[in-house]
Amino acid sequence: MKNFTYVMPTSLEQVVELLPGPRDLKTRDRVKVLAGGQDLLGELKEHLVEPEQVVNLKGVPGLAALTQQAGAWQIGALATLAALEENAALRASHTLVAEAAGSVGSTQIRNQGTVGGNLCQRPRCWYYRHEQAVCIKKGGAECFAYGGLNKYNAILGGGPSYIVHPSDLAPALVAAGATALIRGKKGERTVELERFFTLPSEGAVTRENVLAPDEVLVRVDVPAMAGWKSTYVKFRERSSYDFALAAVAAALRIEGGKVAEARLVLGGVAPVPWRCEKAEKALVGRKIDAETCRVVGELALEGAEPLAHNAYKLPLAKGLITKALTKLATA
Amino acid sequence: MRRMAEYRLEVNGDSLDVSAPDHWTLLEVLRYRLALTGSKQGCDKGDCGACTVLVDGKPWLACLTLARSVVGRRITTIEGLLPAHRANGGSGADPVQAAFDRCGALQCGFCQPGMILSAKALLAKTPQPTRDEMREALSGNLCRCTGYTQIFEAIESAVASELGLKPAARAWGAPPVSCAARKDGGA
Repeated sequence: MKNFTYVMPTSLEQVVELLPGPRDLKTRDRVKVLAGGQDLLGELKEHLVEPEQVVNLKGVPGLAALTQQAGAWQIGALATLAALEENAALRASHTLVAEAAGSVGSTQIRNQGTVGGNLCQRPRCWYYRHEQAVCIKKGGAECFAYGGLNKYNAILGGGPSYIVHPSDLAPALVAAGATALIRGKKGERTVELERFFTLPSEGAVTRENVLAPDEVLVRVDVPAMAGWKSTYVKFRERSSYDFALAAVAAALRIEGGKVAEARLVLGGVAPVPWRCEKAEKALVGRKIDAETCRVVGELALEGAEPLAHNAYKLPLAKGLITKALTKLATA
Repeated sequence: MRRMAEYRLEVNGDSLDVSAPDHWTLLEVLRYRLALTGSKQGCDKGDCGACTVLVDGKPWLACLTLARSVVGRRITTIEGLLPAHRANGGSGADPVQAAFDRCGALQCGFCQPGMILSAKALLAKTPQPTRDEMREALSGNLCRCTGYTQIFEAIESAVASELGLKPAARAWGAPPVSCAARKDGGA
């Protein structure tokens, strides 16, 4: 990797002071923030980013905190995936978040990888990751996956880029109704996590979220889910460790054998965690049976436009929805 | 000339002064500054686990760690196991290392330091792991010689000798020499 200078400030004021200005879009990658480094070091080694300075967030006290109050959780951006996976209270109250954290990468990656880093990681599309492929995500003119090898790319929400968002936590936290706390030069703001992620057609095509060049993700707040049952079901090409070919974050509140409230968010199929609001509405008032799963699967994948090599994601995602809903109904 | 950063790392119980560029990884500092070449540079991007070290007792990928980011943390490499074992009054090799030897849990050996450190961390947390727990704990350590069965047997052998028991029969037929029978610590 290209050399850079390393700094470890001890407060968030100092961190945002070091970042570019809010409108320095072209030079924003001159400074990169480091959390667990599991994505950033790969990007540095592949020369996808060549910052002049790397700012380690670990000197800022309290950023790794994971706290609960009345069933609601505050998850610091530097909390590790292992800390989420191993927290028995979180697993009991927000099963889908703990399961999603536990499904990421390998033991080592979960020990080092953080919540903030997992949510802000860059795409895994092999054209994006190839140093010499100047695709649309890197300021080029076209998405090479669209007419190329697109087995792992988007079937929903694609265009002009067809990446899928690689995060497992993102669909789970969106399904849990989380909000993101963001810190910039002008102070703090909060964004619903669902609005934190941006489609390539609506936000800047070279980014995946709303963070301005002067901003960092500081914390994720997750509301209480009393009375809900939830799960994260992920399908990987190999079972040891991998990114999702497709994944389902599902949460249900069941009353008297019928669904009273539902959340359904897909991972691995779109450039953002894909909320299935029509399917959620259709679930209300129904009991979970084969017909419900079929109807919900159809609605969830409505509008899907598979590319040449990824039509398999349609039946796969529908199967995972059935698996997740059945698991919740019988749990 | 590139600016060097001066800092101190705690490796295998020693405080070591390091002078290296800011962008060097922990793996590069271990191998090319501290001459601790037991940690291997495999894929160098977090896929293979050959660079696994323990940071505060937990398996970490040294290749995806900036060396300066682990100042003040307790780093253990494969070279640290024997001195730590001896310092605790043990004799011979570290019990997990000895079990890997005894069970022939290697062919080319490139994955072995990472495998052993991941196994050490697993046993510290789960003293009697099931095969599924082993598979999960070692899933980030790839063996290109496909020696996984012997590696799981080695962990079972280490657990068995810790408990003074004979390990269960091997998964594939009778072994030429039983793991438990070879008390000599392997060839």
